[in-house]
Amino acid sequence: MAYSDKVLDHYENPRNVGSFNKDDSNVGTGMVGAPACGDVMKLQIKMGNDGIIEDAKFKTYGCGSAIASSSLVTEWLKGKSLDQASEIKNSAIAEELALPPVKIHCSVLAEDAIKAAVEDLKTKQK
Amino acid sequence: MKNKLYDMPIYMDYSATTPVDPRVAEKMIPYITEDFGNPASRSHPYGWTAEKAVENARKEIALLVNADPREIVWTSGATESNNLAIKGASNFYSKKGKHIITLATEHKAVIDAVRECERNGYEATYMEPEPNGLLDIEKFKSTIRPDTVLVSVMLVNNEIGVIQDITAIGNICRENNIIFHVDAAQATGKVKIDLETLPVDLMSFSAHKTYGPKGVGALYVRRKPRIRIEPQMHGGGHERGMRSGTLATHQIVGMGEAFRIAREEMDEENNRIKNLQAKLLKGLTEIEETYINGDLEKRVPHNLNISFNYVEGESLIMAIKGIAVSSGSACTSASLEPSYVLRALGRSDELAHSSIRFSIGRFTTESDVEFTIALLKEKIDKLRELSPLWEMFKDGVDLEKVEWAEH
Repeated sequence: MAYSDKVLDHYENPRNVGSFNKDDSNVGTGMVGAPACGDVMKLQIKMGNDGIIEDAKFKTYGCGSAIASSSLVTEWLKGKSLDQASEIKNSAIAEELALPPVKIHCSVLAEDAIKAAVEDLKTKQK
Repeated sequence: MKNKLYDMPIYMDYSATTPVDPRVAEKMIPYITEDFGNPASRSHPYGWTAEKAVENARKEIALLVNADPREIVWTSGATESNNLAIKGASNFYSKKGKHIITLATEHKAVIDAVRECERNGYEATYMEPEPNGLLDIEKFKSTIRPDTVLVSVMLVNNEIGVIQDITAIGNICRENNIIFHVDAAQATGKVKIDLETLPVDLMSFSAHKTYGPKGVGALYVRRKPRIRIEPQMHGGGHERGMRSGTLATHQIVGMGEAFRIAREEMDEENNRIKNLQAKLLKGLTEIEETYINGDLEKRVPHNLNISFNYVEGESLIMAIKGIAVSSGSACTSASLEPSYVLRALGRSDELAHSSIRFSIGRFTTESDVEFTIALLKEKIDKLRELSPLWEMFKDGVDLEKVEWAEH
């Protein structure tokens, strides 16, 4: 599989790997995918008092594109409001990383992870 | 073996193919240039020279497996041999019945040839092996029907290297008057084969898995008792009508030389490779949460198939690009299913996804193995740091009980 330089860069040097305490009230966690399918993404966002995402972390079990997709979105999420975060589309991820057609599902998974993390945080804030 | 010229990775994929032994290549070259004759030309020395070379090579194939040279039919490779054996024999003996038994872990060339027979009105049973990859003989007996015409079981599995008990299977076939075909593509030069005593009717061979060239193979067709097959390739009636087509003299000479070397050096080579396998096994199983796929005892020393839990196969392959290996992960193939062989062993999708096949051979060195172990240790550590499953496992979460948001 020939990957783009951007995928390789994120894969070799993944950004923002790690975990926040999922019980913190300002942390939203999204875990999507299944081991049986070959990919599981855990994406966490930490919201500041101003309602803006101040930090994001991920851990991903999956192929190089899955790791790169989740690494990329942790960079994109910082500085965004929850609504802006929800607007991140898989097509933008796929385009940025030049994902081959068979790997588009990795970008879909990353979008799902963002939505799940935002949803988790909104539920906590209620 | 590292190709320094192109900075290629260390080759650990000998089950996919092997390099042509330099002694083999040297022997082949004159048959491309000066001795180019058609072995079927009976009227001049060009033909006679080529024919002599082909018949010498045929003897070498026969010698390695203790058969009569007249029982060896040249083909383009093991895929063709499997097709010729399965379709050719089942068609010839179709009056006996139209049921075929094979193993779910066979090579695709066998599975798909049997599927083609199914499309032509045959019924087939694809037996599931035991979790160690071996066929249970009692279960095999119970799948035999009065109309079973052909059984096809491989000697050495290409993915997990296990050795099936073809003597026991063959004896049962004999008792039930069933043709027995064995795919031995992965076995030559690794396992002793004595067709004088083995109850096998048809056996497929490949050159390129045994340090010969690609594009040539052979099918053993027993003479006593005589086994008949319907040809699948029609034409000039070469190979006693069983396989038409001008013989590729240089390829055949290469296969003969490769099999001669295999016969002479097999014992010594297997000892050396066994030591390398033991070293690799010891080093890799020092890594936590590793699972060996396939029986460790009834296995060729050339193969180690290991699943590294909580690490996904394709990302692992990317991480270990200093070595050339293959993976049972879906992501390395066009289909999205993980290895059907590992699934047939009852391995979970997760473990099938995280499997790596290391296959070593003639040119593998101690330092290649040491490099591999160190590389795997480092990269698996790194990928597990990235893995949410590893984190959950370390936190004591039972992953079986998690409800996954499947997509």
